Amino acid sequence: MTTQLDAATEGLDSTGSRATRVLGVLAIFGLAALALFGLVLSPPDASQGEVVRILYVHVPSATFAYIGCFLTTIGSAMFLWRGSSWWELVAYASAEIATVFTAIVLVTGMIWGRPTWGVYWVWDARLTSTSMLLLLLLGYLAVRRLPADHDVRTKRAAIIGLLLVPNVIIVRQSVQWWRTLHQKPTLLANGVGAKIEGLMLFSLFVGFIAIGLVFAWLLIHRFRLAWLEDQLDDAGLDAAIAERRAEGDVS
Amino acid sequence: MEQTSAALTSGPVVHLRGAVALLGRFPALAGVDLDIDARRIVLLRGANGAGKTTLLRTLAGLVPVAGGDAVVLGVDLVADPRPVRHRVGMLGHATGLYDELTVGDNVRFWARAAGANPTDVEQALSRLGLDGRLRSVAVGRLSAGQRRRTSLACLIARRPELWLLDEPHAGLDQEGRDLVDALVREAVSAGATVVLSSHELDRSLQLADTVVTIAGGIVRPDSILPADQIDGGAR
Amino acid sequence: MIHDALLIAGKDLRLELRSRVALNQVLPFALLVLVLFAFALDPDKSVLTEATPGLYWIAVLFSALLALQRSFAIESTDGNRDALRLSGLDPAGIFLGKVLAVSVQLVVLEALLGVGVVVLYTSRIDGWVLLAVTSVIATASIAAAGTLYGVVAAGLRVRETLLPLLLLPVLAPVLIGSTRAFEAALNGSPSEGWPWVGLMSIFASLYVVAGIFGFGPLLEES
Repeated sequence: MTTQLDAATEGLDSTGSRATRVLGVLAIFGLAALALFGLVLSPPDASQGEVVRILYVHVPSATFAYIGCFLTTIGSAMFLWRGSSWWELVAYASAEIATVFTAIVLVTGMIWGRPTWGVYWVWDARLTSTSMLLLLLLGYLAVRRLPADHDVRTKRAAIIGLLLVPNVIIVRQSVQWWRTLHQKPTLLANGVGAKIEGLMLFSLFVGFIAIGLVFAWLLIHRFRLAWLEDQLDDAGLDAAIAERRAEGDVS
Repeated sequence: MEQTSAALTSGPVVHLRGAVALLGRFPALAGVDLDIDARRIVLLRGANGAGKTTLLRTLAGLVPVAGGDAVVLGVDLVADPRPVRHRVGMLGHATGLYDELTVGDNVRFWARAAGANPTDVEQALSRLGLDGRLRSVAVGRLSAGQRRRTSLACLIARRPELWLLDEPHAGLDQEGRDLVDALVREAVSAGATVVLSSHELDRSLQLADTVVTIAGGIVRPDSILPADQIDGGAR
Repeated sequence: MIHDALLIAGKDLRLELRSRVALNQVLPFALLVLVLFAFALDPDKSVLTEATPGLYWIAVLFSALLALQRSFAIESTDGNRDALRLSGLDPAGIFLGKVLAVSVQLVVLEALLGVGVVVLYTSRIDGWVLLAVTSVIATASIAAAGTLYGVVAAGLRVRETLLPLLLLPVLAPVLIGSTRAFEAALNGSPSEGWPWVGLMSIFASLYVVAGIFGFGPLLEES
């Protein structure tokens, strides 16, 4: 049994490699730079004050959460269309990381909202649709992690993954109409949409780089882990067939 | 449908070479070699868990073939098993009937799904003795034997080219068993091929012309024998 | 495909006529939800009348969950999946048939529930055309998305808990849209309601197409 395990995982005994180690170190430097620029070097905002600093994490996280969602939908589509399990694993890994990033977006958004709006939660269009996005992602993960056959889980999850981005678009659209019919989206005006420039813009740029590196690093490791799990499942097949045939010889 | 019968005459109805079928990660079939010619009645023998049911479901195109070659009724199961499905009739442990619908509703639904016409349905119901009071009884209220008759009525109304019967005698009374045997013989004389598994060897050996023994998910060439040889050897 | 859809829908509706589960259980449940809203909200302060569209569609949504669970419970008998795959029925036809049967049951339920809100909440009905069109489109949306996610959850031990988790977030646009469209109709400003009907039409089309192509692979797994 151990020999087969070794054979299956040969050449890849961990999810790390030289490239990912470099990537990891870069991500750490990126985060350090983000802390430096975001917390120390960049000035407080004219209208928002110190609170603006949280946006250097919030906005890039939101962007990469969406990128994760797109990867999930593309991966699911490729799996359903071509039967590519590589893409299936990309979809799964992306969905998990998109979930984490969406949760970060919600938490940082609420922390930002408290001093800005005076409350943690308002039924703002973005906040509401982001919370729906989190629920949609949790639904995908619930199916992908079902205690059922691998084939059942992946196929059913892929259908949900395929519909993830269309769902997000329709939900966003409906929530936007819903809120704007009753009140003007004034909250957004002094939010992210406000004009930023100079060192603040650069800090946001550093945020995108740092969060992007973290996203890539997590995605690669999560993908490799899922791939190894699959290999482990497959490793026993030849042995299982031999064992099964031996049953016939005995009887 | 016309093309299919042409394909049927051109080669064996079932042709398996090293066929592997997985249930999850378990190789229920671990390399089966089997050829069955048209109009044969083949009895599958084997211990519990030997792979009889999986073999029947594989022939029906329900379990994907994970390795080897498999051609049934001229359809390559490795490429796409779906085209074979509506041409086989399968009688399994589970009936697939709707408990809340009547016997008549069930037979009509499954027969119409397969493209059968109303006269086929009527003939099937009367052949199985279901055209009387039982016709309008909900399937949920039937006994196990009556359900099996209903399943058989669904099967013969579809006029399948390959019959796959998993323990067809189980749960039936003497009259019912005789009826199953008669239906099988009628089907074969009408051009169909039958594969059945049964633990009732005496009865099945009289019915079958070939006996195939499956063990550990494989069929060996020397385990395919004419039925009369087995009959002699067993007694 | 259409022939198969009608066959499946006919079978499902016949089964409902014989078992009367929707009539005897789902409809009373929907009315019960209306009464529960009255308990939760003060019935004297005209909250119920003002919130009628939202409460109505929440009741429809919860009842739809039950109807969908039922729609797949009847297909969950032993060997049913095998039988459907062997039947020669087009998977797209099976999907459309199930959508059609659920839709018919929901439309009947919505009509009776409409009488319920008029009587219980003393709501005034206006803007019939918009109300009717909204109901039809919203019902098609709920049935199409519900049937697709229903088969995703079908046959699993966790199906009862999984289906609401999957379906309700997805149906949020339909709940918002149908409620706003009903409000627009009842307030006598139907022009505000039609964009929502448009949005829900896109939603319904998306799920009908997804179901037609997705049902086959979902039925295939063994």
